[in-house]
Amino acid sequence: MSLDAIITFAITYGIPAIITIVGLTTPILLAGLGELVAEKSGVLNLGVEGMMLVGAISGFGVTVITGSPWLGILGAAAGGGLASMLFAVLVLQLNSNQVATGLALTIFGTGLSSLLGLSFTGRIIAPFLSAFPASVAKDPVLKLLFGYSPIVYFALIMVPVVYWFLKYTRAGLILRAVGENDHSAHSIGYSVVAVRYAAIAFGGAMAGIGGAYFSMVITPMWAEKMTAGRGWIALALVVFAGWRTGRLLAGAYFFGFLMWLELFAKANGFGTSLPFLQSIPSQFWAAMPYLMTVIALSFISSRGTAGSNAPACLGKPFLPST
Amino acid sequence: MAQISRRTLIKGAGALATAAMIGKPALAADKIKIGFILLGPIGDYGWTWAHNKGREAIDAALGDKVETIYTENVAEDASAVGAIRDLCNAGCKLVFTTSYGYMDQTIQVAGEFPDVKFEHCTGFKRADNVATYNSKFHEGRAVLGTIAGKMSKSGTLGYLGSYKVPEVVLGVNAFALAAQKQNPAATVKLVLIDSWFDPPKEAAATETLVNLGCDIVTTHTDSPGPLQILEQKGLFGFGQGADMSQFAPTAHLTAIEDIWGPYYVARAQAIVDGKWASSDTWDGFKEGTVVIAPYNASVPADVVALADGVQAGYKAGTYNIFTGPIYDQAGTLKVKEGEVMADADLAAIDWFVKGVESTS
Repeated sequence: MSLDAIITFAITYGIPAIITIVGLTTPILLAGLGELVAEKSGVLNLGVEGMMLVGAISGFGVTVITGSPWLGILGAAAGGGLASMLFAVLVLQLNSNQVATGLALTIFGTGLSSLLGLSFTGRIIAPFLSAFPASVAKDPVLKLLFGYSPIVYFALIMVPVVYWFLKYTRAGLILRAVGENDHSAHSIGYSVVAVRYAAIAFGGAMAGIGGAYFSMVITPMWAEKMTAGRGWIALALVVFAGWRTGRLLAGAYFFGFLMWLELFAKANGFGTSLPFLQSIPSQFWAAMPYLMTVIALSFISSRGTAGSNAPACLGKPFLPST
Repeated sequence: MAQISRRTLIKGAGALATAAMIGKPALAADKIKIGFILLGPIGDYGWTWAHNKGREAIDAALGDKVETIYTENVAEDASAVGAIRDLCNAGCKLVFTTSYGYMDQTIQVAGEFPDVKFEHCTGFKRADNVATYNSKFHEGRAVLGTIAGKMSKSGTLGYLGSYKVPEVVLGVNAFALAAQKQNPAATVKLVLIDSWFDPPKEAAATETLVNLGCDIVTTHTDSPGPLQILEQKGLFGFGQGADMSQFAPTAHLTAIEDIWGPYYVARAQAIVDGKWASSDTWDGFKEGTVVIAPYNASVPADVVALADGVQAGYKAGTYNIFTGPIYDQAGTLKVKEGEVMADADLAAIDWFVKGVESTS
């Protein structure tokens, strides 16, 4: 294959494939980042799917009403954040079981989003696409860098921001302390409940924006249950990443790649030129993200705590002995 | 402004509950209840939306004699048994289970409630109190294939499907055969996404098909998501189950509309008259169950004529896309020249025709 042929092949197939993978990855990356911060503060919120759905309808609804996708994104963050506050009050104020409450939030968010969405069903908005000029955004090569929705860049910027916040800021240190040992943090004067409220709200807002990526960018419409289980993948992703920000980014793109690979394999993308890959049943590719999570979990647990960064107080209610 | 205390809230709730309890039995005593088990949300603008339209047709036609209730988002697994049972316990005399995956669950619950009649959509298992009904969607697919084969510039067509069940296999084959009548070299790339409703996956699959050279993609999943992707890319597709043109005014060439109303009203009437009997119904263009939505203005007149010809042929009984010679993917002759596949063979089909590219 000549160099020209390779370049043509990359432009024809490679760049569009990467753009599809970015689209598959962005929502789970956003929701995963939010959940990572919440879990680092010691709170396991299984309501990601519900918060994503509330974010999806909030973002879509605000965009329809105001005509501004930027306000729509704010609406999505507010919607997801408000939904998470319901969970926060229950688990922080009333010390309810986090697993059960999180599941309840998913069920509640699914129903609430359907209710809010009743008057928006069947409507469409312009997709919230590139903020760059069309000449750059539609160029077959330059679109690799400039062809995305602003939400994609926001997600990518939030990765180092979250990393820096958790590792290098005082607030991040307090958040981690609360997640590692809530009683110690409490005894030296930090408000465990306040920190966890903030972490849950951040998780909700990020899940909301992740959900809005579906209703405002990929398929700019509202349909009930349109997130179709991506919230659960985001939860698996946090575990897969071992509660590490960098690994979360890599994991999200790895999951996105596998989701794309399943579709590519099914569409006979390998063709007859790669008969070995063509002969693998597509069910194998479909199972890959889950298989990889199991493998990663086994790997992490076999190395003790070395590979994992799991907060010690994850999922435990905070009951100060006053 | 009066403050709402917890006590007034509780009082209010109690009053509401009492009112509801008093109100209900009076209604239920007068009218026959008919229940629906629905696969997706009624707002999916596709499969479930169309079934819900059929339910509304019963309300409109027989609202003074019957009352309809429904459960949406029922998974095609063991949980469907409970959902069907709930409708029976709620007093339904007729229950429509509107997807293939409810087949065994319907048969099971029908055994527990011999006095309740059941109507199972797209399945093949019947009992004294279980009837089956289906629609010849593939007749509509033949129209879409005709349009796609004629209008595609690349000759590579995309087909986004859900599962490898006879309904989808028939759709793929009818689409491919009809396209090849217009363009003998046409090929169909097939992706089955293992779901009926997953907008992000439908969208990604559509993008992948487009990236591999498909310029027309037809969908056999239930959301309008793929059409929105095609609209953004300036390509073309078709609506599934309902007219979806509002989601993609340019890309939407036409759609197959599922019209369940007439059948549902007839079966509800049979219950009212006490004349219901188990049967197997498979209607198409001729009976008005399959309808083609208005064509987009961008469909050329000669293509419209061809598409209308296929519809007219089905209505007159002179056209059948499953007329030999038909070869399978490996090139083996499956249906001899001039032979027409029988309905029984179609209902159990599990092989794709030549020109369908798939690994799934």
